[in-house]
Amino acid sequence: MRSIWRTLDAELWRGVLAIALAAAVNGASFGAISVAAGTPLWVPVVMSLLIFAGGSQYMAIGVVAAGGSPIAAVLGGLVLNARHLPFGLAVGDVIGRTWPARILGSHLLIDESVAFAMAQTDARRARAAYWACGASLFLAWNLGVFGGALAGQLVSDPEVLGLDAVFPAVMLALVLPALKDTGKLRPALIGAVIALAATPFLPAGVPVLLSLLGLLAVPRRNKVEAPA
Amino acid sequence: MTLIPILVLALGTFAFRFGGVLLRERITMPEHVRELLSTAAIVLLVALVATSSLAKGPSFAGWALPAGVLVGGVLAWRKAPFVVVVAAAAATAALLRLAGVA
Repeated sequence: MRSIWRTLDAELWRGVLAIALAAAVNGASFGAISVAAGTPLWVPVVMSLLIFAGGSQYMAIGVVAAGGSPIAAVLGGLVLNARHLPFGLAVGDVIGRTWPARILGSHLLIDESVAFAMAQTDARRARAAYWACGASLFLAWNLGVFGGALAGQLVSDPEVLGLDAVFPAVMLALVLPALKDTGKLRPALIGAVIALAATPFLPAGVPVLLSLLGLLAVPRRNKVEAPA
Repeated sequence: MTLIPILVLALGTFAFRFGGVLLRERITMPEHVRELLSTAAIVLLVALVATSSLAKGPSFAGWALPAGVLVGGVLAWRKAPFVVVVAAAAATAALLRLAGVA
């Protein structure tokens, strides 16, 4: 564990801390919104510790607050989180070999930790970045949710602070280097267009999964390997 | 919202995460499959960027949010430090909203 601190440079740590700060404020907003919707204080706190996937937590609270059934809330959340399966397939070897590492590391698998790991050039840095990002965001998100649930209406709207722009901007910054490779750029752009086109019509989470159709645009292997 | 649906959602979410991680370790994959999986992750991340920049639920998010993301993206492309990317994206969206841009 201690090697994580030495492997990562200051620039990467500053990046992790910046998004952790944004996650804490977003968490505070989730905690406050949940309590304002009439849910008991323990609900957002336990959700954040056990589910640790912000989008699905917002969705579940929103569905129930709007009078929907808990079954609909769970199904919607699961569809939204299904992308974690292909993410696990992509970064599974980064996490570590021991059972505690696999179990804990799986729980820390979120969009941000995957993106941070994939933006690294070697395996050692990828592992350090994954754990640093996952653990920092876990801490920040849960402290934020707890604080927000306690403070209730005192928490200001994250949109006023522009904090909803942090998540997509961070993700964009992290994937930019990978997009220099046209073998990744083409499927990614086609996938993004598919996801955007589907967004008005399909339940949340499904459009992002549909972006995987962009993989059909990956250059054929035999063409790549054929001698020029 | 009671404890049971929270536990079901938590277990299901963990199953997706753990399932992917275990599968990756259990199966020995040829190089091109590993490459395809990392492309799949990039495709998903870019789709997340696109949808979370342009949409709030099923509808358009307004101009302030994508403008903030765009400013952050350009700064990242020009190799600005991460903190600058984060601060500029949030500040752009916040200031545009303050100026009345949705």
